[in-house]
Amino acid sequence: MLSLNINKKTYKVDADPDTPLLWVLRDHVGLVGTKFGCGVAQCGACVVHLNGEAVRSCVTKASRAEGKQVVTIEGLAENDDHPLQKAWLELDVSQCGYCQAGQIMSAAVLLKENKKPTDEDINDAMAGNICRCGTYLRIRDAIHLAADIQAKEGAGK
Amino acid sequence: MVFFGLCNIAAFLFVEEGIKPVYIPIKPDICMEATKTNFNRRAFLKASALAGGGLILHFSALAKLGFDDKSQLADAPAQWNEITGYIKITDDNVVKILCPNPEFGQNVMTSLPMMVAEELDVDWKKVVVEMGPHDNVKLGPQFTGGSMSVRMYWKPLREAGAAARNMLLQAAAQTWAVPVEELSTKAGVIYHEKTGRKGVYGDFASKAAAIPVPKGVKLKDVKNFNVVRHSQKNVEGAKIVSGKPLFGLDYKQEGMLIAMIHHPPAFGLKLKSFDASAALKMPGIKDIFSIKMFEDGFEQAGFDTRSFNTLLVVVGKTTWEVMNARKKLVAEWMPAGDTKDTMGGRVGKREVTVPGELETTATQLEKMKQHAAMPANQMRKDGDPETAFKNAAQIVERTYVAPFLAHNCMEPMNFFAHVTDEKALLAGPLQGPGWSEPTLSKILGLPADKIEIQMTRMGGGFGRRAYSHYQVEAALISKKMKAPIKLIYSREDDTTYGIYRPMYTATYRAALDANKNLIAFHVKGGGIPENAIHANRFPAGAIDNYLAEGWEIPSNITIGAFRAPRSNFNAAAEQSFLDELAEAMGKDPIDFRLELLARAKEKPVGKNNEYDADRYAGILKLVKEKSGWGKPEHSQYHRGVAAYFCHNSYAAHVVDMVIKDGQPYVERVFSAIDCGIVVNPDAATNMVQGAVVDGIGNSLYGGLTHKNGEVEQKNFHSYRIIRMHEAPKKVEVYFVQNDIDPSGLGEPPFPPVFGAVANALYKSTGKRYYQQPFTSPQSEVPTV
Ligand code: FES
Ligand code: FES
Repeated sequence: MLSLNINKKTYKVDADPDTPLLWVLRDHVGLVGTKFGCGVAQCGACVVHLNGEAVRSCVTKASRAEGKQVVTIEGLAENDDHPLQKAWLELDVSQCGYCQAGQIMSAAVLLKENKKPTDEDINDAMAGNICRCGTYLRIRDAIHLAADIQAKEGAGK
Repeated sequence: MVFFGLCNIAAFLFVEEGIKPVYIPIKPDICMEATKTNFNRRAFLKASALAGGGLILHFSALAKLGFDDKSQLADAPAQWNEITGYIKITDDNVVKILCPNPEFGQNVMTSLPMMVAEELDVDWKKVVVEMGPHDNVKLGPQFTGGSMSVRMYWKPLREAGAAARNMLLQAAAQTWAVPVEELSTKAGVIYHEKTGRKGVYGDFASKAAAIPVPKGVKLKDVKNFNVVRHSQKNVEGAKIVSGKPLFGLDYKQEGMLIAMIHHPPAFGLKLKSFDASAALKMPGIKDIFSIKMFEDGFEQAGFDTRSFNTLLVVVGKTTWEVMNARKKLVAEWMPAGDTKDTMGGRVGKREVTVPGELETTATQLEKMKQHAAMPANQMRKDGDPETAFKNAAQIVERTYVAPFLAHNCMEPMNFFAHVTDEKALLAGPLQGPGWSEPTLSKILGLPADKIEIQMTRMGGGFGRRAYSHYQVEAALISKKMKAPIKLIYSREDDTTYGIYRPMYTATYRAALDANKNLIAFHVKGGGIPENAIHANRFPAGAIDNYLAEGWEIPSNITIGAFRAPRSNFNAAAEQSFLDELAEAMGKDPIDFRLELLARAKEKPVGKNNEYDADRYAGILKLVKEKSGWGKPEHSQYHRGVAAYFCHNSYAAHVVDMVIKDGQPYVERVFSAIDCGIVVNPDAATNMVQGAVVDGIGNSLYGGLTHKNGEVEQKNFHSYRIIRMHEAPKKVEVYFVQNDIDPSGLGEPPFPPVFGAVANALYKSTGKRYYQQPFTSPQSEVPTV
């Protein structure tokens, strides 16, 4: 029995501890916002946060998440109003939308560590996330916009 | 997004014509994307009361697909001729508009309902949009492809909105006992100015349901649009960014099992035997068995493409358990040899032979070279090209080659199925539920009305999900397991299954006289297993002596529509060739094209030219102006230009390339598009930007090779997809402003990107690139 803290809730999961966190989330816990794209750490569709770090849940054993805080797209912000989510809607980034949860989760770690990322910073941080629909330009713009929103919200607090 | 239905249908028709097994270019101009395509509509509106009060309006319009060849029209399945929209207005004033077509990222769930809302005159922000059920009778063709959705529903959906508004007005006039002419509407509210009365639509919905549907409604002048032509946000945007279950892979039901399929590891192999003893002992595993897709002699329809007929299935409780058990599964494969497929259809059934060879890319290339030297089918001939070439002072000849491409939708193929003796429920991502339903009905032995297909949002399509063999597989597995199951393809399963963009080649020749005038043009194209040539496209019509020919090599590697089928290669080859030709003639590449287009307009050569020379020239002029052609912003920019016409729309790009760390990088792009009225401008811009990125990625990196039938690229570590740092910094998109009914957009911006990239590469490196992907070492193959 695995005990996992996901989005601030504790889940007891009856799964092989070697099961990738991705499949525990999707099949056992029923949080399907984290996506399966490649299964081999190549596409970033499955990115979640483990103690604040971006990890590829398709290659992260669930046992590694025990005793740590797992955050998925569903738990990124209480009212789904993270600056990135706001910026994504403002710039209407999505096409098919399948990659976007992973993109946002990768970008969230970037924004936490780098309050004002440059294009180059974004290119580096986001190189592991594929968008087959080619929405990269808007993702880049949305990260810049989110940085501004974050700065404003921070100032307001 | 893409797509690609139109050409799918063209392909389908070719198949149905029974000349050869697949994609026969006998009459490529009947492809429905041809300019000649139009819809003649007769409207049938049906209103009824909504249970619990309110109005529901079914709008049916007969949209005849206007083929020149009427026999094909007569043959088209009747349900394809129905186009329907759905509007529901409840007493408590909820306005719900159902989207008829499945969504794969082209944003139809927003743009189609916008068209209804425009004429209905409601506050767009309050409209509830839902994906409609699969119902080809009430909701029309319901296929997403061929850049057709907006085009196909443009008039019917607006008429539906206008009719509903008209009925609501009549209901209000009756209620208030005032003349209907004195009423006006604004954003879902009806006003009677004289008496100061007003009421929301919901107040009159039930009464409106009893009012006869008006015969013929007047549509708004396009100048007065206030929903359409104004950017509206993706109606599912918030669900996407918060991770709500939307996609097929997210679909779940109580007691659902997970299934995965082992298909043969190579094209040309089939299952010999398997030993499941170890795999069956793995935790969570329920069963392992083989299934047969089609019984011998099963008559396949156009979208029934499947790569392998016998499949090995593992069913278990969870995805990971099934993936793990597959590792213990021992399967033996054997050469399938030549096999026979039975194609069904209106011209009678016939057998086709699928060759059994285990193909290798080097051999494929060699074979293409041999075929290119042999006589081919003549597709179009104007004037006397043979004599013109004989008399030429100079002949420019170049050969272009492009590889198979995998669609690589981000969401791998999957489908949910729950099949019982009485009925079947299927849910998942697919582009044309109406295409697979008859197949399911035959295979499951269930009448069509006992088969429910739910269309989930698709994580990409690009044409791949028009071929929903995975849905049939899911149904067969569920039937055998007597349980609800979800079939999941791993990325490797997905990439290696087949249904690729074909492998293409084309040789272009141009004859110049002593004064460097272009006197003849010849294109001879071929491919495995179809050729790409559109014989009636530009520059046909602009040159007195013209010849187009095509040939094919049959193969067991399955193919399907891929974003702008055939065009995606033609634009690369032809637009590179025109660039090189302009240079040989000492002309500016844009001016050269404009000269040809002027000729095509003033004195067109031949018949059946598919493009409008004026609109084609229009995008070239626009991109020339917007990009500041001739003087790029930065001196290190190397510029390439290309333009193309397909799916009734026109697209031109200028790309600015730099060499960064020894690699070509497209830093900036200018795009000019003429797709008529732009329904949702910002979303349209997004789609063009995406198509540009997709085109850069596929031209520079895309490609799939085979070794003894086995696909060499199995996942994203070896199948290279463009990434963030390789995407341009800026893609400026300009639409030609006109009031022409909207045409396609999902596909048209894609093909010319390839040509523009090739031409910029030449400027950057001084070398011409003839083989895709351009960054592969084979790319700079010296040509004749
Ligand atoms: S699914 Fe994990 S990186 Fe692709
Ligand atoms: S939006 Fe479709 S993969 Fe990114």
